[in-house]
Amino acid sequence: MSFYIVQFLTGLASAASLFLVASGLSIIFGVTRIVNFAHGAFYMLGAYVAFTLTERLSGTLGFWGGIVGAALIVALIGVIVEMVLLRRIYRSPELFQLLATFGLTLMVEDLVVLIWGPDDLLGRRAPGLRGAIDFFGQAVPTYDILLIVLGPVVLGLLWLLFRRTRWGVLVRAATQDRDMVAALGVNQKWLFTSVFALGVFLAALGGALQIPRDAVNHTMDLRIIVDVFVVVVIGGLGSITGAFVAAVLVSELNAFGILIFPKISIILVFLVMAVVLVVRPWGLFGKPEAAARQTPGLSVRPWRPLSSNERLAFIGALIIAAALPLLGSNYALIVGAEIAIFVIFAASLHFLMSVGGLASFGHAAYFGLGTYGVAFLAKFLGLPMIVCLLIGPLLGLLGAMLFGWFAVQLSGVYFAMLTLAFAQIVWSIAFQWVEVTGGDNGILGVWPAAFVATPARFYWLALFVTALSVIVLRVLVFSPFGYSLRATRDSALRSEAIGLNSKRIQWTAFVIAGTFAGIAGALFAYLKGSVFPDNAGIALSVDSLVMVLLGGVETVSGAVIGAIVYKALSIWLVSYTELSKLVLGGMIVLIVVAFPKGIAGTFGNLVDSGRLPFFKRALPRASQAEGAE
Amino acid sequence: MKLSVSALNSYYGPAHILFDVGLEVDAGEVVALLGRNGAGKSTTFRSIVGLVARRDGQIVFEGTDVSKSPTHAIVRGGLGYVPEERRIFTDLTVEENLEVGRQPARPGAPQWSKDKLFTLFPNLAEMRNRPGGRMSGGEQQMLTIARTLMGNPSLVLLDEPSEGLSPKIVEQMAHAILTMKKEGLSILVSEQNLHFARLISDRTYIIERGRICYSGTMTELESRPDIRDAHLAV
Repeated sequence: MSFYIVQFLTGLASAASLFLVASGLSIIFGVTRIVNFAHGAFYMLGAYVAFTLTERLSGTLGFWGGIVGAALIVALIGVIVEMVLLRRIYRSPELFQLLATFGLTLMVEDLVVLIWGPDDLLGRRAPGLRGAIDFFGQAVPTYDILLIVLGPVVLGLLWLLFRRTRWGVLVRAATQDRDMVAALGVNQKWLFTSVFALGVFLAALGGALQIPRDAVNHTMDLRIIVDVFVVVVIGGLGSITGAFVAAVLVSELNAFGILIFPKISIILVFLVMAVVLVVRPWGLFGKPEAAARQTPGLSVRPWRPLSSNERLAFIGALIIAAALPLLGSNYALIVGAEIAIFVIFAASLHFLMSVGGLASFGHAAYFGLGTYGVAFLAKFLGLPMIVCLLIGPLLGLLGAMLFGWFAVQLSGVYFAMLTLAFAQIVWSIAFQWVEVTGGDNGILGVWPAAFVATPARFYWLALFVTALSVIVLRVLVFSPFGYSLRATRDSALRSEAIGLNSKRIQWTAFVIAGTFAGIAGALFAYLKGSVFPDNAGIALSVDSLVMVLLGGVETVSGAVIGAIVYKALSIWLVSYTELSKLVLGGMIVLIVVAFPKGIAGTFGNLVDSGRLPFFKRALPRASQAEGAE
Repeated sequence: MKLSVSALNSYYGPAHILFDVGLEVDAGEVVALLGRNGAGKSTTFRSIVGLVARRDGQIVFEGTDVSKSPTHAIVRGGLGYVPEERRIFTDLTVEENLEVGRQPARPGAPQWSKDKLFTLFPNLAEMRNRPGGRMSGGEQQMLTIARTLMGNPSLVLLDEPSEGLSPKIVEQMAHAILTMKKEGLSILVSEQNLHFARLISDRTYIIERGRICYSGTMTELESRPDIRDAHLAV
């Protein structure tokens, strides 16, 4: 019995940091409407800075001064980030905000390694709290007791701050209607900056408080952000009480889940999250969101099928691509096949995101499932390659059916957070269920059949499947289903009113996108000859988002162009610099701030301005009047 | 001149909404902006306080051109705005709603305290701790005016204060506006209800399809039934 109580107390202690970070995220979202992906990075920075400060400062005062000092320093960094970056994107679509803050996370990861090195750092223990209390024969660290008390104390302080101070009243008012607050003479800029500073302070404090418990390392940002997303989805974004209750719930589920399903403890959290979402899609303490803001996809330039000249250009490009084996080396062919595979992957996300208006942050899940689908069939059942390629992607389809059903119940940032959490679950299963997936060692020896065993032949196979996939997806865009999907994207309410079942249409789109991602994954498994958990990792999910964004999220063909340019660039980048994340993160931020239309969008603008006559077409004159009030 | 607007043009996206709107409000005056639904009354107000994304023209308030200033700076200068949709903070109590509007006292403008406003709107005094979301439309309308007065403005833009209110509350509202005038406040009020406008205002402008098409004193308008019938719903 006492063992379970101790386990419960450990869960409560873990909840403290989780609550600090999640409440910070919630407060920032409440006022600025930005889901700050970089919150995990601030948490991690808090831990690193606290590590350095507590090493330098001595004594009890030095330790606690170092913890609080670290949170303050990181909050100051947050203020700079808010003023330089976020102020430029407050009016941008949600997807761009998530991506920009994710880009920031990538940059911080490389900077942290640059400053503190890649190894785990063991922080100082808290002076006076090094011991443990004997609890019915079980030891409970005194530091854990402190954390258990700290959680409710911070909750109470935040409550007082928001109920009893003018600043708090202004923040609550701005959470509801920020324009009205400005119309009453309050300078929103500083309100936003101060709110962001508070949120970052809480995240950094959460990180700093972890150093006596856990090693500090450069992957802790993504670990916490996934947990935090789960917490705010369960608790309700914008609710501090919700963040507290959900943080306790998730921590306890983790603490006891280990006892029940030692290998795949994350399943328990997932089940609870699924139940909450079905019963209360906006979380336990959240409020139903008003209609989601504009998702990207509402293009001023209407979409239309390719003109005959453009078809010629497409076929020409395909012929040139098919001729690559005549001139390229084997290495070029392998790179070429990889790029082709990523074209399918990006196009499948594009279908969900640009056509369906559903920006998934976990699209790699279905790519990863495709790779494992092939690997299981090939290794366990010994099926031939063609059969594996045909059946393997079905695992992606099944995953998309299951996760997609839950995901389409939500929209906007909730959708993004949920898809990310699902992808992380797929990754965790692949990573933890060693008996089946081989864990981190993966599944090796998934080799293509003899008839495509040469690089040139495999390249042609990949190119053929890619061309076929892109054509099918494109035909779908201009099919009746595509029109319905675009209708639900542009106005869920109006499409319901004309008899479209928008949830079912979005679910179908999710499954289609997941299946094509699975096809890409299946090919990828054969290209690499092996399968690893990272095939479903966050990095890959973000790669796909950046590809679509770089190509142009508002265009039909952006994904194809974006995938080619991005993949070629990143393969080249990885071979030339150690700091690929820094460069990539910087590039993402730059695209969002300076170049949001992407390559194809910019190209389209050139066509419209008449500078590229070959692609000229008659434009239907869209009248844009929104009407007076 | 308290407020002088000239050659004001506003746009929503590519749509041109206001065309060379010009109007003036003198110190201590109540001026009515009359017009049908969709004529551009609200847009005129929103343009004056800078809540419309794209506008150009001159907006001179107390001798300063504020047409390039951000909303909060315009309001801080003493130009209060009461939106048509009321936009009460529903999660906040009556007192907290008033707190959001609070600004330092301003020389030359009437000063308001919570207690003084509770005298002006006695209904609010009885529900100081009630959340804004659990108030009737009339009570919300009073709260939204009181909230703006907490900023001690020298001029307020009142967007359709009588809209959707019961006749009894409309009467109270007219009384409150006349008290505000007596305190020395300048008021620009938009209305569709001619009877209500007649009760409270000195002068009037009529706006139609984004253009000012008539201006004169209230008495002059009384003697022109043709204008009234052509531009206002009766």
